[in-house]
Amino acid sequence: MALLEVKNLKVDFETTDGVVHAVRDLSYSLEKGGTIAIVGESGSGKTQGAFALLGLLPRNGKASGSVIFDGHEILNLPTRQMNRYRAERIGIIFQDPMTSLNPYLRISRQMTEVLEHHRGMSHSAALAESVRFLDAVRIPDAANRVRMYPHEFSGGMRQRVMIAMALLCQPELLIADEPTTALDVTVQAEIIDLLVDLQEDFGTAIILITHDLGIVAGTCEDTLVMFGGQVMEHRKTLDLFANPQHPYTQGLMAAIPRLDKKVDRLSTVSYEFMVGERQA
Amino acid sequence: MFGYVSRRVLSAIPIALIAVTACFFILRLAPGGPFDGERALPPATLANLRAHYNLDLPLIQQYLLYVWRLLHGDFGPSMVYNDFTVAQMLWIGLPFTLMLGFTAFVIGTIVGLVAGALSAVNQNKWPDYVLVMLVMVGLVVPNFLMAAILQLVFGVYLNWFPAGGWQNGSLAHLVLPVTVLVLPHAGRTARLMRGSMIEVLGTNYIRTAKAKGLGQRLILARHAIKPALLPVVSYLGPGLSYLLTGSLIVEQVFALPGIGKYFISAALNRDYGLVLGTTILYMVIILAVNLLVDILYAWLDPKVRYH
Repeated sequence: MALLEVKNLKVDFETTDGVVHAVRDLSYSLEKGGTIAIVGESGSGKTQGAFALLGLLPRNGKASGSVIFDGHEILNLPTRQMNRYRAERIGIIFQDPMTSLNPYLRISRQMTEVLEHHRGMSHSAALAESVRFLDAVRIPDAANRVRMYPHEFSGGMRQRVMIAMALLCQPELLIADEPTTALDVTVQAEIIDLLVDLQEDFGTAIILITHDLGIVAGTCEDTLVMFGGQVMEHRKTLDLFANPQHPYTQGLMAAIPRLDKKVDRLSTVSYEFMVGERQA
Repeated sequence: MFGYVSRRVLSAIPIALIAVTACFFILRLAPGGPFDGERALPPATLANLRAHYNLDLPLIQQYLLYVWRLLHGDFGPSMVYNDFTVAQMLWIGLPFTLMLGFTAFVIGTIVGLVAGALSAVNQNKWPDYVLVMLVMVGLVVPNFLMAAILQLVFGVYLNWFPAGGWQNGSLAHLVLPVTVLVLPHAGRTARLMRGSMIEVLGTNYIRTAKAKGLGQRLILARHAIKPALLPVVSYLGPGLSYLLTGSLIVEQVFALPGIGKYFISAALNRDYGLVLGTTILYMVIILAVNLLVDILYAWLDPKVRYH
């Protein structure tokens, strides 16, 4: 049985200009310990599709369809019941580590509360465990730095803290929403390596949301390409890279700058495929 | 922390000096003087009086003399209430004014914070609408009008509370004046608190807290209240000065024995010493509150402490 089964997920937003369909008919499944990449440009619905799983949509967002996690329907659960899944069984890392940590609380407080809340641990036990996880995400001098405030960490370090925090309860599923977008290129590579290592160590299944095809290539078994809230293509990553089927995917691939060929102009994605689709 | 506090205390000294200087000269720019009346005094008497209060000296010399005395804790004599020094008069009215002001300040701040937070948590539901409406009423009705309305409704028609006066500290006499002072202060505080709380509830770190599966109460108490308080805390200093200025008028309307009464008559009578003394006292209170606010701020926001 798959760990996660998403079927016909739809996310709509009520706005003053009418309803916006952010995600239409998103379906995929993920095995225990598996990895899937959801790739798409800004506004393609990849992030909202993931937020819907954990009930983290903004007030005006509505999700419908079905999300089966470990045999249970979890879509649109009441907050109280959803809280048993959040962090405990499904962790999430957000795009912007600079704003995702509470600037007014020490790292220790923000980490220990997860264990105190879900595991009923004492503060000192939770603190020791938090330090262990900060070590695991390779934060130097974790035992001392755990007492610091977020503003005393660099962006890359904060994202490591976020990852450690998301893994504290050793969840079965980790949603990584553009975990490297806000970071420097060198730091990006470190964070991705870290995620890959942690996935091997903890056996966590990962949904990696990104717009960076380069990250996907070496990381995920399956790749799902989204555009305009719809799935364009969903295949094994290796197949997808070797032989992209959908015109949008082909356009994306062509748009990756290459060092081994000399070109005058970089290729851009053509949206002509949409014309055909509209008519069909 | 100690360094931060002592720096803030030291920086209050030049501010105080500038304020005293400005008040002194602005007051002298106003036409008229303490001895102008319906009937002009004989020139010889006037000259004697002016000499007695050193008003015949060049202005700059008067200023230096005033500051010199002030540094020794001497506010000088009242020029209208001949038998009193300014310090004596302030001492009569001050305890009452402070009591009235701080009671209203504390109640207003608490009511405002709670109302604002409730409003934000129930944004765009009925408790929010009701509170926002009450806040608007508190804000837009000027205090002298609100005082008159309350006196009329609760003092005269319903006869629940006395409409004015002060019978040596019966609590009932305080209810209406405190209410008049509380309403606008609570209103401003609630508006600020509502706005900043809504903003905080929309931040990424609150989303993170939700993603951790924490209950709503814990999220509010631990993650949201502290940052939401910051803009409100920085308003409290100016808020208190609005409230104290308001209390000058409210004391007058309710016939209460605070310094408000003296301040207004002193300003009309050009009682230089008394006006300056009252102003300086208010300034010291406001500086002290601002200092407290800054310290509170440093305690709330870890980023402030190190700069």
